[in-house]
Amino acid sequence: MTVSDDRIHAYVDGMLGGEEQLAVEATLQSDAELAARVRQYAEQRKLLRELYAGVAAEPIPAQMRLKRPAWIDYSRAAAFVAFGVAVGLAIPRSSESPPRAAAVSGSSALAKLAANAYVVYSTEVRHPVEVDAAQQDHLVKWLSKRLGKPLRVPVLTAEGFELLGGRLLPGDEGPVAQFMYQDAQGKRLTLYLSGRGPGEPESSFRFERDGKVSVFYWVDHDWCYALSAEVERPALLQVANTVYKQLNP
Amino acid sequence: MEYERIVEFIPNLRRYARALVGDRHLADDLVQDTLERAVRKFHLWQPGDLRAWLFSIMHNVFVNQLKARKIVASQEVDESFAGATTPGWVTDVHDLERALARLSAEQREVVLMVGLEDMSYEEVSRSLGIPIGTVMSRLSRGREKLRKIVNGDPARTNLRVVQ
Repeated sequence: MTVSDDRIHAYVDGMLGGEEQLAVEATLQSDAELAARVRQYAEQRKLLRELYAGVAAEPIPAQMRLKRPAWIDYSRAAAFVAFGVAVGLAIPRSSESPPRAAAVSGSSALAKLAANAYVVYSTEVRHPVEVDAAQQDHLVKWLSKRLGKPLRVPVLTAEGFELLGGRLLPGDEGPVAQFMYQDAQGKRLTLYLSGRGPGEPESSFRFERDGKVSVFYWVDHDWCYALSAEVERPALLQVANTVYKQLNP
Repeated sequence: MEYERIVEFIPNLRRYARALVGDRHLADDLVQDTLERAVRKFHLWQPGDLRAWLFSIMHNVFVNQLKARKIVASQEVDESFAGATTPGWVTDVHDLERALARLSAEQREVVLMVGLEDMSYEEVSRSLGIPIGTVMSRLSRGREKLRKIVNGDPARTNLRVVQ
């Protein structure tokens, strides 16, 4: 019995099922030459995938971030102006400065800063960090000195993340440190630390989402922490727990 | 924003583009042009198969780049190639890479969409705007040619100097 070429390729691509597949297999049993050809097609498929598997796993180059289409900018600008006008009309003129919005106080502002810093640096292909993990001792000493208190870097290998390195960034109130980790798929995660300010209350884990970036943040003895990554909440929570446990043995 | 769903497919677009044009920078240029066009035209997307839509845009950009000769359609026979190939089925993936470059652009598109990106024949047909029958014949010819090149087989006999 002969099998059409189309059937052969559908078989190689796993598109057949049931009787059709059995029929092809029966033919292959009796036709050694065809069977060899099919093996080679299957091998081609497998090799192709191996050859290019690395490309799909690479971090996406920064220049490939989607540029917002112009129509969104226009509609946002219009909404912003409308909002500004509404606020201007609604707030009676007063000599007092307006109270600071509650939403951006303290640690939530930290989450926002951390998410922004994540977006900026996690997409860097060539310079994601200032000092790489090979010089970890130097990195920790340097950042501890600049932040004024001894820092510790959690090890997240068990969670699949390896330390890439870190950098020093300007925060709202003095310098902050950002440590960056990466997993085998190239997904990045950052731990953002700033010194706990006077009067800043301790807090348990809190979660915020900024676009695609999930952030867990919390405040304990000396530090405010924010852990950011483009992952779902449960996965990030697991890493946050590990970080917390390691830093508070 | 809904158009941000495109992001999910960037790794696939990059992998496919790399295999299609070979060179890393040319491939990333192809992806970038595709993404820009996709974002610009996103309002034209009919909710449905976003991947097939993105690949159809990449196909159009690719064809335009071929016309503008930014990229070459396929590499002509490379004499060093036969020497580098071991007889029988090779395991060196780089031989496969070079063999791929010798398929026609049309065959390469189909072979890669099916074999690398696991797209259904139906999806390939929509992405390339060709009937399923054409998808099948390009797939069949492309795979057979790859097999023969990699086997160091007589796809090239007719090119030998007749003595």
